[in-house]
Amino acid sequence: MKIERNLEEHSLYLNMGPQHPSTHGVLRVILKLDGEYIEEAEPVLGYIHRMHEKMGENRTYAQYLPNMGRVDYLSALSYNQCYVGAVERLTGIAPPPRAEYIRVITTELNRLSSHLLWFGAYVLDLGGFTPFLYSFDDREHILDLLESITGSRLTYCYFRFGGVSKDITDDFITGTRAFIKRLRMHLPMYETLVTKNVIFINRVKEVGIITPEAARRYGVTGPALRGSGIKYDVRKNEPYSIYPEVDFDIPVQDGCDALSRYIVRMLEMEQSMRIIEQALDKLPEGPVMAPKVPKKVKPPKGDCYFAVETARGDFGIYIVSDGTETAYRIKLRTPGFSNLSIFAEISRGTLLQDAISTMGSLDLVIPEIDR
Amino acid sequence: MEQITTSMLINELPRLILSLVLVIAFVALNALMLVYMERKVAGHMQKRLGPMVVGPHGLLQTLVDGIKLMGKQIINPEEVDLPLFRMAPILALVPAIAVFAVIPFSEKLVARDLNAGLLVVFAYASLSVLAILAAGWGSNNKYGLIGAVRSVAQQVAYEIPMLVSVLSVVLLSHTTQLTGIVNAQKGMWNIVYQPVAFLIFFICSVAETNRAPFDLVEGESELTAGFHTEYSGMGFGVFFLAEYASMVVGAAIATILFLGGWNGPTFGIGGALSGIFPGVLWFLIKVYILIFIVMWIRWTYPRVRFDQLLNFSWKVLLPFSLANLIITAVVTKL
Repeated sequence: MKIERNLEEHSLYLNMGPQHPSTHGVLRVILKLDGEYIEEAEPVLGYIHRMHEKMGENRTYAQYLPNMGRVDYLSALSYNQCYVGAVERLTGIAPPPRAEYIRVITTELNRLSSHLLWFGAYVLDLGGFTPFLYSFDDREHILDLLESITGSRLTYCYFRFGGVSKDITDDFITGTRAFIKRLRMHLPMYETLVTKNVIFINRVKEVGIITPEAARRYGVTGPALRGSGIKYDVRKNEPYSIYPEVDFDIPVQDGCDALSRYIVRMLEMEQSMRIIEQALDKLPEGPVMAPKVPKKVKPPKGDCYFAVETARGDFGIYIVSDGTETAYRIKLRTPGFSNLSIFAEISRGTLLQDAISTMGSLDLVIPEIDR
Repeated sequence: MEQITTSMLINELPRLILSLVLVIAFVALNALMLVYMERKVAGHMQKRLGPMVVGPHGLLQTLVDGIKLMGKQIINPEEVDLPLFRMAPILALVPAIAVFAVIPFSEKLVARDLNAGLLVVFAYASLSVLAILAAGWGSNNKYGLIGAVRSVAQQVAYEIPMLVSVLSVVLLSHTTQLTGIVNAQKGMWNIVYQPVAFLIFFICSVAETNRAPFDLVEGESELTAGFHTEYSGMGFGVFFLAEYASMVVGAAIATILFLGGWNGPTFGIGGALSGIFPGVLWFLIKVYILIFIVMWIRWTYPRVRFDQLLNFSWKVLLPFSLANLIITAVVTKL
């Protein structure tokens, strides 16, 4: 292949990805550069498109359940929860309270593991290697805990229509409490090592500004939205499961920059730990599956939308049922897609290195964007 | 200027060959050791063990890695500027090795004790940017090109405060001969008189060797590998060797200029200790402590942004080093 050399051309086109250390997967961004300044950035999607929505039209409701762990592999349990919740709403199955508590405990643990991974990977994007290993060490404990009850470490398929597949054990409860104690000790260390680091602050402060107006326009959700000063969290705004029964705050920062989004996620970890502790305290006894859940779920004709707050934002499932064992249409509303859409706008005119810190601060998981 | 005669050449030839062999052996062995040290330091800072499998405590790991690199096929990507592309690794290594000719490891252990030794060091050190530029330009890769362009701006920006901070040491010692500078520190090390200059010199030498947090030239999260993206096998290996060689050079010059070179500590309780080790050992201890600090910094901090990097040099380091130079000049002439 001969590369055209046009000396009159002022700009340099740089393909960032689909294989690139900072696009975390197979995202491709076409950058039009003037020196190191970005004139235009165009994200190109589709490199890991797996037709999850179409698969929903060809599989029974139960068969589609494992797909949910693979859309966003970092907060698989939130996706489990959303799909299961949508089908339950459609069919009218009510899970027992213990199952709801277990769902929230495991989902919040999953959120912690997702935020920890993001924290490490983000600092790695900015060139700091060591925090990555520390946060992975913490995350490993969560994976061990979840493995002990769900059987898998990443792509969980733990929730069932009407409950969860397996009750949690005493070991899990003591292990979770010990882990929370450990993480509470480690978070201040991360703060002194990273959050207060001058180089880090200079890299993220006033970088990748998302104005509240732009965030609304693009449908940005999750920590990216709350970093722009808008207090919106599905857990509070459209409460589901047992979230109304536990006491937790929604951290909001109004810096609109990458630093605000970073701080929101770090504060969210503490809130997740509070939720887990309360849920463990209140955990009721009883079965973990609703009685008489049919083997073949056949929701009545109709449609339903159910949304949850994943680690990355508002994830919603819209199911249209025609009364058969297979959904007529399943639409996944994933947060990463909207969060990425704003990238082109906010990275214009910034430096190449700022684009990296902006993209990292959006916490993108590419399989979730491509679906 | 002395006339070069045949008899002189015959006398000089063994010394020349011996020092060349010793320097190259030192650079190669040292790189093996430093890579091992780097990986161990990184490992222990990250709650890992680092290499553990090959040899006791992974001691032979880097040797095996080196053999692997040598065994790799030489790949020339399409459309590269072949002479530049192949020459660049050598261009990077040769100046780094050449500098060792004037570095005094001890009072006697110096290949060539030139009276302009300091100038030779900086003359060779500034050549390394040429190699990076050649590599980035020649490899016909956009990441490489951006890395190379960054490197030029960075090296120019950091060379100036570095030279200015070194000048204040020269003012103190009245010589640019490296052994002379060390001998001038017999009483007290220069770091005591020139802490600001030492700090500026140290920061600049980290930047000059493209080490984190100033490793923008090869910042892998944005430029994949920067100027050596297209290099594989020994092409990459030689760049690696050069990087570690220039790390030693930076630490060695800092030791000579500020830390009393091969002299043991002459003050405090250190005075009793200084006789324990021979000069070479003192020199190497200081060099490796400095290198350890460089590694420590690398595995702790994230990377700075390019404009901040340049601003830091032009707006902070340069004024401070100039002020330091003027103050030194005034004080020494009083």
